[in-house]
Amino acid sequence: MDILATLNYPVYLAIFVCIYGCLAIGLNVQWGYAGLFNAGVAGFFAVGAYTSAILTSPDVEDRLGGFDLPVPVGIAGAMLMAALVAWPIGKICLRFRGDYLAIVTIGVAEAIRLVARSEDWLTGSTRGVNDVPRPFGSLPYAYSQLAFLALAAAAVVVVYILVERQSVSPWGRMMRAIRDNEDAAAAMGKNVPQRRLQAFVLGAAFMGLGGALYAHLGRSITPEAIDPMISSFLIWIMVILGGSGNNRGVLLGVLVVWVIWSASEFITDLLPTAISLQAKYGRIFVIGLVLQLVLRFRPEGILPEPLSKPRVDLGKEVTERV
Amino acid sequence: MEMISFLNFYLIPGIVIGSIYALGAIGLTLIFSIMRHAHLAHGDMAALGAFLALAGITTIGLPAYAALPLAVIATGLIAIGIDKLFYSHLRTRPKILTTISTLGIALMIRSVVQIVWGVDTRLYSNGISRPQNWFGLKIKAVEMYTLSAVVLFVVALVLFLTKSKWGKAMRAMSDNRNLALLSGVDNNKVVALTWLISGGLCAASGYFLGMNTELKSMMGWNILLPTFAAAILGGVGKIEGAVAGGLIIGIVEELSVMVIPSEYKALSAFAILLLVLLVRPRGLFKGKIL
Repeated sequence: MDILATLNYPVYLAIFVCIYGCLAIGLNVQWGYAGLFNAGVAGFFAVGAYTSAILTSPDVEDRLGGFDLPVPVGIAGAMLMAALVAWPIGKICLRFRGDYLAIVTIGVAEAIRLVARSEDWLTGSTRGVNDVPRPFGSLPYAYSQLAFLALAAAAVVVVYILVERQSVSPWGRMMRAIRDNEDAAAAMGKNVPQRRLQAFVLGAAFMGLGGALYAHLGRSITPEAIDPMISSFLIWIMVILGGSGNNRGVLLGVLVVWVIWSASEFITDLLPTAISLQAKYGRIFVIGLVLQLVLRFRPEGILPEPLSKPRVDLGKEVTERV
Repeated sequence: MEMISFLNFYLIPGIVIGSIYALGAIGLTLIFSIMRHAHLAHGDMAALGAFLALAGITTIGLPAYAALPLAVIATGLIAIGIDKLFYSHLRTRPKILTTISTLGIALMIRSVVQIVWGVDTRLYSNGISRPQNWFGLKIKAVEMYTLSAVVLFVVALVLFLTKSKWGKAMRAMSDNRNLALLSGVDNNKVVALTWLISGGLCAASGYFLGMNTELKSMMGWNILLPTFAAAILGGVGKIEGAVAGGLIIGIVEELSVMVIPSEYKALSAFAILLLVLLVRPRGLFKGKIL
């Protein structure tokens, strides 16, 4: 039992690595494969978390809910709802160059946060949705954590395998072709807007999955948990640091960034209270700086996207893809 | 509702906040059209300028009006520095990378503001300024200053862009980058000038926002969407568009509380942004689409 107790913290870290892994692979489908700059990851995360929480939690007065559905139904609903939210956004924005999508997704995340904060009948506003069932929640704490880790790990492995299969299929090649040279892909008869929309919606569904797991882990979801910038930005730095376009790299990035982020929290907690508040904001500065350094010195990430054979040197522009 | 209270409670506050958005949107539209990327750190840079002015007032003891030029120049120089340090080496790479970089810069600037000035709400000066009565129109002195300063900034900028050599170079770079470069326009100088002007205007918008409301570390983030909406509504690259867009967004935001709950006031700018992208992506003044 003691061994299990010492494992508590690593297990807790590992669960979050799996949840962030789902989010990061979702973003990798959008950015790594399709080149779409979604700056509102937190929004799709929130849609997933709230959808699953509302579908599975018991009845509360004056709030939509009381469906008491099983957790798998909640998770499926979360993915579906995140995809449904992504679809019209993609329809409007994917016609333009990436910057417009970035601005609009920031707005969407902001809108979702406002809805979560103020719609009492839907999200319970600041109280949030509570009493969300937790799978294996009846086991003793340590076992329940381990069982949840197994569930989260299974989710990320399934997502990983699905996306890896996709990326070596004709669909994956087509996506990369569109990303690297839109005009050429269009000239070959590829329906560029449709494919981009597919990648955007698929990525959003995985983000919804991450959100659902988060809500079930904590048994509740509140507006504080969906800070628009910090969580979106952490996912971004994970994907770029790890290596966009390479799912293994992305998962490695999740691990590295999450360990740094948690370790720095550990350190700032040890500091005297007078400066610990400042140090808390210093952590965000450091994460921002890491992004700048990666973009400058290793833009392809730790594990770059593997280039397919035969490797023809087409000059810097093509091989050093974004 | 009576006409006069409509003017006092909706239109005048809308014009004031709109002119603040306009200052930010001009900088944004210049960066969008000359640097060809979105500048997501624009709001947080405005907050930085606002807090630099606060530092001028509280630590150096400057009067409030003298802190404005200080903040404008300091923020302009900081913007040039950020560009040199973080954006310049991304110039030859796809522009979307620079946009990602600006997102990181936004968080970095905000965390600096939070470390140095904390997260509590601050004010430039204590005490309430009473509105003066102009034939029934109630206008505060600070609102008059804001509007006249914004007019001065816009006139000075338009004169600079149309009359001076460097202003013409900036417009040339915005209209046709390759042609401008071939004609011997110095890219580095135009880039530095763009950041100086945009950073300075950011600081001015933050300063006036702080004057009319209050200073918060999140104030910049809150004006980012309306500022972008203003720039895109006006048409990317169009100064007059940014001014008109800013005023429209400001007024619509204030009027929106008549039809939607006030919690969602912040979303009216976003709704306009979506609508413009759907039906008229070049904006009112036929700007660019990147």
